[in-house]
Amino acid sequence: MKDISEIRSDFPILATKVYGKPLVYLDNGATTQKPLSVINAVNEVLTGYNANIHRGVHAISDRASEEYEKAREKVRGFINAGKREEVIFTSGTTGSINAVAFSFGERFVHRGDEILISCLEHHSNIVPWQMMCERKGARLKIIPINDKGEVIIEEYLKLLSRQVKLVAVTQASNALGTVVPVKKMIESAHSAGIPVLVDGAQGIKHGVTNVADMDCDFYVYSGHKIYGPTGIGVLYGKEKWLTELPPYQGGGDMVENVTFEKTTFNVLPFKFEAGTTNFPGAIGLGAALDYVLSVGRENIRYREQELLEYATQRLSSIPGLRIYGDSASKISTVSFLLEGIHQYDTGMILDKLGIAVRTGTHCAQPVMERFGISGTVRASMCFYNTREEIDILGTGIEKVISMFS
Amino acid sequence: MTISQIQDNIVEEFSVFDDWMDKYNLLIDMGKDIPRIDQKFKTNDHLIEGCQSKVWLRPEFRDDRVYFTADSDAIITKGIAGLLIKVLSGRTPDEIISADLYFIDRIGLRQNLSPTRSNGLLSMIRQMKLYAMAFKATGR
Repeated sequence: MKDISEIRSDFPILATKVYGKPLVYLDNGATTQKPLSVINAVNEVLTGYNANIHRGVHAISDRASEEYEKAREKVRGFINAGKREEVIFTSGTTGSINAVAFSFGERFVHRGDEILISCLEHHSNIVPWQMMCERKGARLKIIPINDKGEVIIEEYLKLLSRQVKLVAVTQASNALGTVVPVKKMIESAHSAGIPVLVDGAQGIKHGVTNVADMDCDFYVYSGHKIYGPTGIGVLYGKEKWLTELPPYQGGGDMVENVTFEKTTFNVLPFKFEAGTTNFPGAIGLGAALDYVLSVGRENIRYREQELLEYATQRLSSIPGLRIYGDSASKISTVSFLLEGIHQYDTGMILDKLGIAVRTGTHCAQPVMERFGISGTVRASMCFYNTREEIDILGTGIEKVISMFS
Repeated sequence: MTISQIQDNIVEEFSVFDDWMDKYNLLIDMGKDIPRIDQKFKTNDHLIEGCQSKVWLRPEFRDDRVYFTADSDAIITKGIAGLLIKVLSGRTPDEIISADLYFIDRIGLRQNLSPTRSNGLLSMIRQMKLYAMAFKATGR
């Protein structure tokens, strides 16, 4: 594996100073930083061959189309999808889930049906289902979690009734870090004939994701959470589903033939890519996936687990600090609270020390409610972080405690 | 003292410190002695939804003047509420409505102390001015 100083120098922003102090970026759960190769790839599109894809007969349009489709192939390979037709570019996790919620809902969900999600979901994997259920007269059911922040599998199995039309579950919790046993859950759902959508927003950068092995029916994630640009995301769907689902947006490029009487739709994947897509973003995402593969996904996972262990140890040694979410299997995220100190106060002081953490509910209010708290402070690490940065966080937290007590 | 004089005093108090940590400590101290809202009024009616912390603010109208009490579950937010109360409490509705709160920029509250969205600073100011307008309109 590349050594850490080499890795850090790939990410220009990591050399930034805030308030005169070196930036300690521990908010990777919200968005990740971009390596130079991604910045350069996007820059190259905009300076070298920016032209609308799939439309032109001219050279740079051809080039842009070709690079866009190359990016699709990279996405396909990265998650081991069977076919390029199964890979749709969207605006992000939220866009992907909304697309499935709408299209799947229109086609398969009726009054009295149920959609099953877990208590760990962030708002992106709650609200689109709520909206769809309201439209279709269906009900949203919640799989409960235990005190460690793990999905309770026995309860899940009980909830897999005949009414359930779809299970939508996260691969890893953004608020607590819990890795969810999605493969096992998919197996159970499938044996009851129920399809499963896996929200990979946090999971995609954790180890190797293999949709063929997992056997999920849909898999969604955002480019910006795996070192790619914002505004680009992925919807993977098994071909049999994508063929059956109606398009959720109409427009250019997704059509085959348009008259005022009738429009016939283009083939997959274009059926779900209405209008001019974010092709610079897609190409940037392709570069990000290349970068991740060049570092090595197993290397990344190993390093992040090491950081998680170190951070858990360091933070646990601080009196009055409580960690939320202590599943045996976690992504590199530590959610915590200091006794008697509001998470907002903690976050504000850490910010002044140059440390970027997330505070609040992490767009996952039901998780916070489950633990009876109004929010937490979350340090989410990734492979470019260091033990020294965790130490700075530890010292920062101790400073917070001394200021507020 | 006029609203401007109070603001100038606050600006001077903060200017003593170069380091932001010291400014925070000052703010934390201010949070400790704010006119605290009576526990029974800490209800949803008096809640200002900031993004990250809860702020309760209650106005009382006595002898043509508006008096505020407040509380928050976050100490820094409480300090910010304390500053606003120092400047605006005990003033006439007209004074509150027309107050130009320049101290916020001068002490760096807007740029440096916190993202306004998360501490509810602007929501607090808006709410205080709204209360003043209501008292002015109804006279009670």
